Amino acid sequence: MRDVAVIGIGETAFGELWDKSFRDLGIEAGLKAIEDSGIMAQDLDAIYVGNMSAGKFIDQEHVSALVADYSGLADAHLPTVRVEGGGACGAIAIGQAAMAIASSKHDIVIVGGAEKMTDVADVRAGEILGATADQEWESVFGATFAGLYAMMARRHMYEHGTTREQMASVAVKNHRNGALNPNAQFQKEITLETVLKSGWVAEPLTVFDCAPLSDGAAAVVMCGMDRARKFTDTPIRLLGSGQASDFLALHDRRDLTTMDATVVAGKRAFHAAGVTPEQVKVAEVHDNFTISEIMAIEDLRFVKKGLGGMATEEGETALNARISVNTSGGLKARGQPVGAVGIAQAVEIVRQLRGEAGKRQVQGAEVGLTHTLGGTGATAVVHLFGRVN
Amino acid sequence: MKTAGIVSYGGYVPRYRITPEVIGAVWGNDGAAMGRGLNIRAKSVPGPDEDVITMSVEAARAAMAKVPWVSPKDVGAIYVGSESHPYAVKPSATIVAEAIEAAPVMTAADYEFACKAGTAAMQTCMGLTISEMYKFGMAVGADTSQGAPGDALEYSASAGAAAFLIGTEKPIATINHTLSYTTDTPDFWRREGQRYPSHGGRFTGEPAYFKHVLSCAQLLLKKTGTKPEEYDYAVFHQPNGKFPLRAGKQLGFSEKQIDTGLLVREIGNTYSGAIMVGLCAIFDVAKPGDRIFAVGYGSGAGSDGFDLTVTDEIKELKKGGRTMADMVADAVPLDYATYAKYRGKILMREVA
Repeated sequence: MRDVAVIGIGETAFGELWDKSFRDLGIEAGLKAIEDSGIMAQDLDAIYVGNMSAGKFIDQEHVSALVADYSGLADAHLPTVRVEGGGACGAIAIGQAAMAIASSKHDIVIVGGAEKMTDVADVRAGEILGATADQEWESVFGATFAGLYAMMARRHMYEHGTTREQMASVAVKNHRNGALNPNAQFQKEITLETVLKSGWVAEPLTVFDCAPLSDGAAAVVMCGMDRARKFTDTPIRLLGSGQASDFLALHDRRDLTTMDATVVAGKRAFHAAGVTPEQVKVAEVHDNFTISEIMAIEDLRFVKKGLGGMATEEGETALNARISVNTSGGLKARGQPVGAVGIAQAVEIVRQLRGEAGKRQVQGAEVGLTHTLGGTGATAVVHLFGRVN
Repeated sequence: MKTAGIVSYGGYVPRYRITPEVIGAVWGNDGAAMGRGLNIRAKSVPGPDEDVITMSVEAARAAMAKVPWVSPKDVGAIYVGSESHPYAVKPSATIVAEAIEAAPVMTAADYEFACKAGTAAMQTCMGLTISEMYKFGMAVGADTSQGAPGDALEYSASAGAAAFLIGTEKPIATINHTLSYTTDTPDFWRREGQRYPSHGGRFTGEPAYFKHVLSCAQLLLKKTGTKPEEYDYAVFHQPNGKFPLRAGKQLGFSEKQIDTGLLVREIGNTYSGAIMVGLCAIFDVAKPGDRIFAVGYGSGAGSDGFDLTVTDEIKELKKGGRTMADMVADAVPLDYATYAKYRGKILMREVA
């Protein structure tokens, strides 16, 4: 199996992009990635698309062919694959594309992720996100997506003494990072008080504990490492990947305060990459809610179980601290266009490892990680990327 | 070419009020926080015998009472702008015409353009009077707006009316310029037969209200060659108390300029009446020479902007009627049950 490299990245601005359609966003991100990579569109062997729910958000299924068509590649007759896995779909798409390249089935592929969430009313968007939980055993009984995460937060507070202030400090940090990201949905710093005093979504989570609804797209161009140098001087190697699943419904899980899927996916990725959590200096983790980031940094073994809140509060995960977490602003501040999330995380890590992150550059980062969740943690995907020296 | 202006004005606000706290308590929401967020302390509620027609008549009669020198027979056109006309088919304007004794040798019609049908009627009347087709025209903006129970709109959708007599003779305020900005932007709508409107949530903000109000205002400032500080008063469409202040600030208007016409804080969003009742409140206190900047907004979407100068004629209006401040202060609080009854939200026994 050959090594795989990311040779091009592209992303749109994130936010409520009222005047841009799903097609506009996907094409913008894709063209930016192709331009960045130095390949020609004709060089592509396949297109992978991460998309959670275009069928419900914009009444459009079959977005894989749509993306090829509207990228001007319809008559190239490329194989196109749309991947769905809740919020993790973009990250899974990267994994699928990597396998195709590693196996030499394909040489050069583009992996795009996009979601257009603001064409439906806010309540409907919440319902669509909630459809990644167990409809039959959770949603039908009235559990909302935020409500399920609130239960995890409550249990984490009970078992590990995590405080609302500690959760709020995740949002404060990510907004601080988002303020340095010109593509972020929220480029404004917030205070702890703002988070704590805003309205409840599901107690103990306030509006500012929750990631927003967003439009946006991101794309990466990947190829075999043996060919990467032909296109770029700074290929970023995909060191290893891990994906895992878990019980769909929260009540079936072993533990509410640990996402076993994250633990397993993390172990698999670290094993495949041959690196340890200590070597990771920059990570993009799935902070759809503030409690999610706290659990993620614990489950990925960046901090001990139960100490994620404290570590965040004490600044260990701030920019250029012990480990820089969510330098892009994360889902919380950069935005959460679901299908694009996993790809946007990879774009940020590649940017950091290339040394192109500007004001939010992490110094001396050799290894970076992305962690992406589907649903309430029934899917987790971890990718590790590294500089090629 | 002659210059048209507002010859007289009349406003009307029902006396009943309901507060965000009272509404929120019913739906399990923090009504006080909702009220603070919207910058609305209370909204007006039409009484059980009130609708767009009765309110329009009140406003039109008040306007006529201020100018006894105007013969109703010289009012050649009446347009009533509303999105809550009591009849789907049957004009409100004809009843207003009869009530002020302008009928029958005249024309009348109802207008609808969400919250800016009243200002559209003003522009129509300007054209008709400048062209001397009619001596005067009456433009009415009135609404008993609908907010579905439990919806965010329920905290703001209120009732009110304003009538402007438009003409070229002895205007109390000349309309120096008017300008409209219109696009097809479906941010808020109500289909035939539907009781309550639908809206696009946050889409009603930036791409709808702000885009149209700001674009219209900026174009109007450019056309008039004026700057915000040259105006004594400014009034912007007020779906809540926050949007007009933000729009004004972005354009360079101060809170002091906007304060007088910002009735939404005390009476809610009167929809088609909104900037017109605001203008009425300004006329109640304005002095000759005062300059007024007004931009309305209607969903769907469009903005009508007006640059006005108050004339000496404002001192000649017949005194004695109730001012907007009087009507705003004359408030009778309602509990939710009475509000529900007055607004026809209680399912009554069917007549056998």
